[in-house]
Amino acid sequence: MNAPAASAPVAGAERAARQQQVVAALSRLLPAHALLWQSEDTVPYECDGLTAYRERPLVVALPETESEVAAVLRACHKLEVPVVARGAGTGLSGGALPNAMGVTLSLAKFNRIVLVDRVARTATVQCGVRNLAISEAAAPFGLYYAPDPSSQIACTIGGNVAENSGGVHCLKYGLTLHNVLRVRGFTVEGEPIEFGSAALDAPGLDLLPLMVGSEGMLAVAIEVTVKLVPRPQLARCIMASFADVRQAGDAVAAVIAAGIIPAGLEMMDKPMTAAVEAFVHAGYDLDAAAILLCESDGTPEEVAEEIDRMLDVLSGCGATRLEVSKDEAQRLKFWSGRKNAFPASGRISPDYMCMDSTIPRRRLADILIAIAEMEKKYGLACCNVFHAGDGNLHPLILFDANDPDQLHRAELFGADILETSVAFGGTVTGEHGVGVEKLNSMCVQFSPDEREQMLALKRAFDPKGTLNPGKVVPTLARCAEYGRMHVKKGLLPFPELERF
Amino acid sequence: MAAAPEPALARLVDQVLTARAQHVALDIRGGGSKVFYGEAARGEPLDVKALAGISSYEPSELVVTARGGTPLAELEAALAAKGQCLPFEPPRFAPGGTVGGMVAAGLAGPARAAAGGVRDYVLGATLLNGKGEVLSFGGQVMKNVAGYDVARALAGSLGILGVICEVSLKVLPAPAASSTLRFEMSQAQALARLNEWGGQPLPLNASAWWEGTLVVRLAGAAAAVQAAARKLGGETIEAPLAAAFWNGLRDHGDEFFVGAARAVERGASLWRLAVPQTAPPLDLSGELLVEWGGAQRWLCTSTPAAQVREAAARAGGHATLFRGADKSAGVFTPLAAPLDRIHRELKRAFDPEGVFNRGRIYPGL
Repeated sequence: MNAPAASAPVAGAERAARQQQVVAALSRLLPAHALLWQSEDTVPYECDGLTAYRERPLVVALPETESEVAAVLRACHKLEVPVVARGAGTGLSGGALPNAMGVTLSLAKFNRIVLVDRVARTATVQCGVRNLAISEAAAPFGLYYAPDPSSQIACTIGGNVAENSGGVHCLKYGLTLHNVLRVRGFTVEGEPIEFGSAALDAPGLDLLPLMVGSEGMLAVAIEVTVKLVPRPQLARCIMASFADVRQAGDAVAAVIAAGIIPAGLEMMDKPMTAAVEAFVHAGYDLDAAAILLCESDGTPEEVAEEIDRMLDVLSGCGATRLEVSKDEAQRLKFWSGRKNAFPASGRISPDYMCMDSTIPRRRLADILIAIAEMEKKYGLACCNVFHAGDGNLHPLILFDANDPDQLHRAELFGADILETSVAFGGTVTGEHGVGVEKLNSMCVQFSPDEREQMLALKRAFDPKGTLNPGKVVPTLARCAEYGRMHVKKGLLPFPELERF
Repeated sequence: MAAAPEPALARLVDQVLTARAQHVALDIRGGGSKVFYGEAARGEPLDVKALAGISSYEPSELVVTARGGTPLAELEAALAAKGQCLPFEPPRFAPGGTVGGMVAAGLAGPARAAAGGVRDYVLGATLLNGKGEVLSFGGQVMKNVAGYDVARALAGSLGILGVICEVSLKVLPAPAASSTLRFEMSQAQALARLNEWGGQPLPLNASAWWEGTLVVRLAGAAAAVQAAARKLGGETIEAPLAAAFWNGLRDHGDEFFVGAARAVERGASLWRLAVPQTAPPLDLSGELLVEWGGAQRWLCTSTPAAQVREAAARAGGHATLFRGADKSAGVFTPLAAPLDRIHRELKRAFDPEGVFNRGRIYPGL
């Protein structure tokens, strides 16, 4: 049992005593305004972007200097208090869900851009700097930071490191890991540590890929050095309509098979297109069963050549309508719907549940057809928006959380999508992370030995298990329980409990 | 693969379990092409070449999955037949190298600075750990954040965490066009020029500076390569000669490395210095070749190890004793205390009895 949602209620008196102890220890290290523990002050921290899961932290610490971070970590380690690091709180899997008996370490005040090095094409920034702020700071030099998660206005680089965030351009430009050189921070004991280096590699094992995407389980990131890349001279986007989802899915594979790596390759199905068109009025083809957005960037010569090749492939795959952006305004208009898929869904349904699995590209049409079957099975609608070039799916299951039966069916629907994705050779999470949301799905994707190896890996960094406990890797006991529930799918005990 | 172990894998599992029970150290062996790299190999050889073959290759997925003992040459030929490649250009050094060895060594060739390293192309791996367990991490898809990214951390692990039984790699279309240009300039000028070009949207793919000559390779769409070649100027090197040059650099068969090998026989050392690409020329004597836009500097010298390491550290990087008769100074730069502790704990987590490749990176690891 390691999900906070499933943990036994902690006795009030025990919690109050622990709180007093932790506050006493931390108030010696932090100014009064940097320590919150009254209920009204800690409420804003009770969830991240996954609002279905909420927990009140014991204490919120808001250090302003690195030595304060180190001191807080040392004190917590000594008291064996769980520590949950937190950036902007935009994560979608509950990775920053507080621990009822732990300290939420807010790193929001570490928001300084330390250095933009034009010549080296790197930026060194504190963990609380927003993703988009890096590109804005680099813009005067004709450079930018490539990974662009849809939440880039708000999400921080520290959170991007924790989740190994992607974005619509990662097929060509890579994920966070591919664009980070160095992460500097502290171990759970409060000792300074550095992963990677200002060079292209570092001595010893390459721990950077473990740290990036570790969801705050291995160490606390304080400063990140990222690569900057020259902004392409030109970008143009093709909007292609298809009368059939299978043709659209096959077209994605055909573009890649033709040796083209588009700067972005996204797919929306008909219900999603209808929802976003009503929201942004971008002129999408409402008759199409699926729409592809296919972008090329580079020098004007390169883009002209690539757009021609893309048009050939797409029309060869049966596109019913093809439109190429004429200028930057039109290109941004094409993207506006895609980028607003989530808020548009929020307009047409009281609640939606966003999935994040990845499958091999060639199974795109298969999963769309499978999801259509699931809509009937669970009696709920689903809009589909995919990072098709990466095979990363974001089906949005529409439901009303006020109806417990709908919520329950939405959860089963979501689990079904994840397990079908694994069966298709994919993974339960492409970019949003496991957090607490997908703990059960980890039981399906990994064997007991594999999960035990991951738990052992965590112990190598965090022997006492106090850094963001209960996330990412489920315990054997939890998976055993899930396995028992699983065979009785549809007949879950306590259907009111949130499990996904 | 984990579900129904094939005979070659079952045999390896048996060998590991036996070695573990009898406290015998094993030295994981593929083709032996990189046995010179790292600290001296110790223990009984564990031959993994029987675990071979490309398990799946879907060109439209840009993914290939191959067993660890697959000859690297076989993998590269299969990719080339479909117009694709390993963009990080793994060095081959000698014939016979394997895919598992390529990942375990974690070395990349001339295109590293532009295209990324081995780890950037690893999508998933199956590992035989020191407990005889066969474990899969990552997968065959481009984006995957389910659990810790153990597969990528195997790149450069030199076998200390276990046997790489199978690996899935992202591959890319081979560049449609390339062009190699030659310039005469000093090292300082070359470093300045490379960093300046790096900040522009140019299809710069590789660079090498040696003895007053800078050679750069442009690669990408034909239109972009032509436009960039016109912009940069310099003298164009003919395609066959250029290909031979870059291959020689990649496999350490070119003039600089042949000379270095001779010097190593006479007692000198060949160092690989990884430094920020903007680091100014280092104050070290010896024969120097600069790659990766300035980020990798090969130095053949008799200068004491401590002095080389200090210069690399001052520049913000580290130095590896790549080839040398005397490795008493240690091949790899020692780690800071917390990293050292984590390394030891990780080794214990994957290989509690220390069965695999003991001491290959650091003593006692």
